[in-house]
Amino acid sequence: MSGPGSTPSPSRSLGERIREWLPAVVVFGLGLVAWQWLLPDVLGVEDFLLPRFSDVLGALVDEHHLLLRGAWITLKEAVGGFVLGSGAAIVVALVLARWRPFGDALMPYMIAANAIPIIAFAPITNAWFGILSPWSKVTIAAVLCFFPVLVNTLRGLTSVDPESIELMRSYAASERDVFRRVRIPSSLPYVFSALKVASVLAMIGAVVGDYFGGSLEALGIVVLSAVNLSRYATSWAAILVASIMGIAFYATIAGIERYTLSWHPSVARRAS
Amino acid sequence: MAFRRILSRALVFVVVLGGLWAVWEGYKWLWERTGWSKPFRVDDLTLPHVHSILLQLGKPTSTGDDLWLYLLHSALFTARAAAVGFLFGAAVGFALGVVLAHFDVLRRGVMPYVVASQTIPILALAPIVVRGLGSVSIGGGPPPDWARVAVIAAYLTFFPVTVNTMRGLLSADPWALELMHSYAARGWTTLWKLRVPSALPYIFTALKIAATASVVGAIIGEQTASISNGLGGAILNFNQYYVLEPTDLWATNLFAAMLGIGFFLVVLVAEKVIVHRAPERLV
Amino acid sequence: MSASEGSVVSIAGLTKVFGNGGVTALQEIDLEIERGEFVSMIGPSGCGKSTLLRIVGDIVEPTEGDVTVNGKPARRARLDRDYGIVFQAPVLYDWRTVAKNIALPLEMGGWDRAKRAARVREMLELVELTGFEKHHPWQLSGGMQQRVSIARALSFSPALLLMDEPFGALDEMTRERLNLELLRIWAETGSTVIFVTHSISEAVFLSTRVVVMSPRPGRVASVVQVDLAQPRTAATREEPRFFELVTEVRESLHATGADEVEETLPAEGEIA
Repeated sequence: MSGPGSTPSPSRSLGERIREWLPAVVVFGLGLVAWQWLLPDVLGVEDFLLPRFSDVLGALVDEHHLLLRGAWITLKEAVGGFVLGSGAAIVVALVLARWRPFGDALMPYMIAANAIPIIAFAPITNAWFGILSPWSKVTIAAVLCFFPVLVNTLRGLTSVDPESIELMRSYAASERDVFRRVRIPSSLPYVFSALKVASVLAMIGAVVGDYFGGSLEALGIVVLSAVNLSRYATSWAAILVASIMGIAFYATIAGIERYTLSWHPSVARRAS
Repeated sequence: MAFRRILSRALVFVVVLGGLWAVWEGYKWLWERTGWSKPFRVDDLTLPHVHSILLQLGKPTSTGDDLWLYLLHSALFTARAAAVGFLFGAAVGFALGVVLAHFDVLRRGVMPYVVASQTIPILALAPIVVRGLGSVSIGGGPPPDWARVAVIAAYLTFFPVTVNTMRGLLSADPWALELMHSYAARGWTTLWKLRVPSALPYIFTALKIAATASVVGAIIGEQTASISNGLGGAILNFNQYYVLEPTDLWATNLFAAMLGIGFFLVVLVAEKVIVHRAPERLV
Repeated sequence: MSASEGSVVSIAGLTKVFGNGGVTALQEIDLEIERGEFVSMIGPSGCGKSTLLRIVGDIVEPTEGDVTVNGKPARRARLDRDYGIVFQAPVLYDWRTVAKNIALPLEMGGWDRAKRAARVREMLELVELTGFEKHHPWQLSGGMQQRVSIARALSFSPALLLMDEPFGALDEMTRERLNLELLRIWAETGSTVIFVTHSISEAVFLSTRVVVMSPRPGRVASVVQVDLAQPRTAATREEPRFFELVTEVRESLHATGADEVEETLPAEGEIA
């Protein structure tokens, strides 16, 4: 807890930072060693379960054209679905927060809808837009993002301290004022936390949506066809690419969060 | 008083379902009438009538069973795989979470990777894992289909449960910890009487997510490994014949939705029973 | 039942019942508060003092009775922003700096930027927090946050200040210091204050009059005139007359049967 008039706590020393990250680096190193030698040579893990790390790297390099092309297509689908789904969810959340009886009544249904395996609809969206069209995957990604963002944004808009509302009422504030000045700013932490989850879901929607059929060059199809041809190193390389994209997407959202929420105590204190 | 509550909830349920039905049929009617092709052309193939789907459930399939029975068997197959994987993944995840909460060095070493696992599409590994396990020999042969699928449910459950268990265990109020200390409570006692109860809300959050993820993982696993017994197999099957009879696939999705919601509800009920928390205050 | 000359708040026959005939929080309250007075309300938990404050502020509706503030009905007074309110929690917005928090009611009142800036500076001087304009609430101590809350309540120079146990969450020494500050501010601004508290010594120290309330259903049990000399100082707490008055208030409280009151939970919608 900061004392009166204090600035955020001083930066930690370099030594402290190294000590914090050293175990993770060691584990990373050990992991690589295990991947490269322990699993294949000592434990006899077969190629089709997990190829050697150098093999995967090799496939990454050899097939980089294929993989980059697939990554680009999949990224577009994921981002498209993310923007569509999250955008729609935020709009609906604003409406439902404004007309509370609807919002309160529908909340349990939205939570339930979130538990539906949306991905199972991929063949149907393929029937709608055509198997090769990116729109079928964009739709899946969008619907995957929609409910979590909706539920969390709505929670954020309605979890306002009652005294805050009383304060605004003492200023003769209209509902619009309350929204603009209180509900929306205080919902931002919730919204960002939902957007981070949505970014992962959008990636899953785009990649796994392809498992039901998609454009030949999309990353998901690359994985499937590689597995079919028993070229496991390539399939793992594709997964690796998808993972890196996933982390990058998530990190981007987290970065935007840190900038937008610079006022939030949890963000500001960590910034040292 | 309570009866009125139940009645109003039931009324809302009917209204919501009725509303959805009205939106569906209304959209279909409007798009067919005008012939709009954006976002997609609407006809009996792309958007069958709700009643067509429901009626189809009573028709027989090539297996001899009526559709609803066939889907029920498929759903149970998927459910078993998902449930076994879920429970196993939850148990291992909980155990690892406890270990990580206790051993600081281990935590700092492993945590970034467990957290990173939350940002990558692990589900994408499903086909590789299930196919791969199909070629492995354990006790004289490859593991049974449902077990291969359960593995996916297990790892999809494992990561979030580990993260949340750890976070939850470490979230115990420092003053409550001091109180425990003043009772001369030893490690295990503090663990079970204080930390674990403090962690339960976090753990259940992870379990609710994992419940759905397990079902999804099971379906994807079946589908990509061409396992014909579960809902994934049903989807594969009916997808091939979609142009001949679209309602079969829609009916499958209905069952998949019910399975997902069902799993979620089970965890929700378990949470209500086990965790006694102050209700959410929405203003 | 008309408001007499110089009375800022006029309460007649006020009754408040919560939840369809469930809980009677207040019963037949009659009270007149003159301009420039400092009136404390004290009573056991559940006696309705906070509810009474909120009814004066038109944040809660009375069941029966008339409330006139500044010669108008309470609702009109609220819409005209005739009062400022301070709660036990500072209710400051994390995403606004101290300066912007204080400026909030001014923004809502349509003041232009230059006037707002000037007023904020004045208020910061008044509560002795000059230099903290750009700080965020979580960087300040509890006492400082409450001072910001007071500055905000007074920023638009309301005739009336409503305070609901504003120092309840602070330690004794900070409380005593802030008591002196509040008296200084009261003298400088010439406003009328209605102050709800649990502390007998605080009530006697600050007020010109102490209203003692009975346990639920809340009635005015007695009114104690505090004739201590103004301006009050730290030395005032050691005068014999101070102890006499504290004893008088304490005996009034006991006479209402306060120590035989059972603690019950507030009814739905009720404020304790």
